[in-house]
Amino acid sequence: MPTTAPTPATFDVDRVRQDFPALRQEVYEDTPLVYLDNAATSQKPESVIDRLNRYYRSENSNVHRGVHRLSQNATDAYEEAREAVRSYINAAATEQVIFTGGTTESINLVANTYGQRLEAGDEIVITEMEHHANIVPWQMLRDTRGIRLKVVPISDDGVLDLDALNDALTDRTRLVSVVHISNALGTVNPVEDIVDLAHDRGIPVLVDGAQSVPHGPIDVQRIGADFYCFSGHKMCGPTGIGVLYGRREMLESLPPYQGGGDMIEEVTFEKTTYADLPHRLEAGTPNIADAIALGTAARYMEELDPEAVGTHEADLLAYATERVRSIDGLRVIGTAPNKASVLSMAFEDLHPYDVGTILDRLGIAVRTGHHCTQPLMQRLGLPGTLRASFAFYNTRDDADALVDALETATTMLR
Amino acid sequence: MTVAVDDRAREIVDEFALFPDWMSRYEYLIEMGDDIPPIDDEDKTDAHRIHGCQSKVWIRADYDEDRGVLMFRGDSNAKITRGLAALIIRVLNEQPPAVVQKADFDFLDEIGMREHLSSQRSNGLAAMIEQMKDRASQYA
Repeated sequence: MPTTAPTPATFDVDRVRQDFPALRQEVYEDTPLVYLDNAATSQKPESVIDRLNRYYRSENSNVHRGVHRLSQNATDAYEEAREAVRSYINAAATEQVIFTGGTTESINLVANTYGQRLEAGDEIVITEMEHHANIVPWQMLRDTRGIRLKVVPISDDGVLDLDALNDALTDRTRLVSVVHISNALGTVNPVEDIVDLAHDRGIPVLVDGAQSVPHGPIDVQRIGADFYCFSGHKMCGPTGIGVLYGRREMLESLPPYQGGGDMIEEVTFEKTTYADLPHRLEAGTPNIADAIALGTAARYMEELDPEAVGTHEADLLAYATERVRSIDGLRVIGTAPNKASVLSMAFEDLHPYDVGTILDRLGIAVRTGHHCTQPLMQRLGLPGTLRASFAFYNTRDDADALVDALETATTMLR
Repeated sequence: MTVAVDDRAREIVDEFALFPDWMSRYEYLIEMGDDIPPIDDEDKTDAHRIHGCQSKVWIRADYDEDRGVLMFRGDSNAKITRGLAALIIRVLNEQPPAVVQKADFDFLDEIGMREHLSSQRSNGLAAMIEQMKDRASQYA
């Protein structure tokens, strides 16, 4: 039977949970929600929800060119949000924080700007554990520009082969584009080492950080990547807002991405000169409200004790991993030594979809399927997995509920 | 002939009514999957595959010219999806194409399976029904 030992950390998860109204609901009659789909998107704290509400109620106006008071307020809030994000990722300057629609758009921005300098025969190195968002934009470049895509393999337990990555680098390599934390396996890649390997040969690196920022502040300067991409909605912020961080010289070297308002300095029909960073890469009216609320989310996350969050999440992963292993015919997929709180599972004789459907009826929100990593699932020889992903606001009780539900589901389905 | 469809739906509703909770209803749905008219393994091809599902599901439709009815066979590698396919086939099997085309599935609501019709759902129930109706339209 479930044991509910206290979490060995000072982290007050019960207090933190009070901040998240969506966690307090029943999804079916007498069936409270146990939200374990955090790698897909996180829930939002009251402060973020309130910030969105306040913006639309009392601050709504367009940014950057307004002479009136409201516009100045909105502009200040928008730029303060950029500063909050800068602080969260420890970028050297706010101009290096470009607001985008999310990780996917950030990567596409790089593919469409940096990609313009690539020629046929140039190479981009990715890995077997990439999300489709870090595969397809490069394939599109391959089709339009004739570049080559090289894929670095992983081991069966989900660890990236660094030797193979090193071997994949040639004098034609123009970019290494790698995920920081695998959304499907939880593997934490040694991105600092990867950056060192690539930079030793003068090769820029893009890091897909979508799954890292939900676990606490990061340090883009220490990581040293040329590009770092992430989404707001996985780190307690709204959907539809994300960030492209870039090293200053790299961002300054990029051609404009989209043309339009806000990204220009002067326009005549003969010639246009472009604005400075960051606005040069943010054409048109930006997603003001969501950017501002992302700033609130970044501040919220930064105020949590990162060490306590890390300990708490590691405890949840270890506890849940140990407990699910007792379920007959269940295999944990992704057993890298360095893992984030993502628990992917496969069943000897059951389709993950069936198990996920029963779990849903029991109130447990997990994800089943390929997790937008179809090549990885092919590599692992799986139709998909059932993935439980834990956030700092989850508890051992949530893990117990998951295990109980898995026991019920597997019994029902066998 | 629509009466037949309604009768079959009513029969299914009555059967499900015997079960007091969602868990036993799901168990019954899974059991129904065992009674699906089985599709041959060599027919498990892209031509008969229902796309838009997380699991694999195939439904084959054949027109029996003598009787003027459609014969359905199917399978899935997921048990709940196979149960849903069996449920739909049970209602539509051996019905004339015009009846298949017009069939509605409001009874899913009564057996607590309505949620599976949502386009958000990845079991492809809506896609199954659409494809079966599409096949029917070829013979109507």
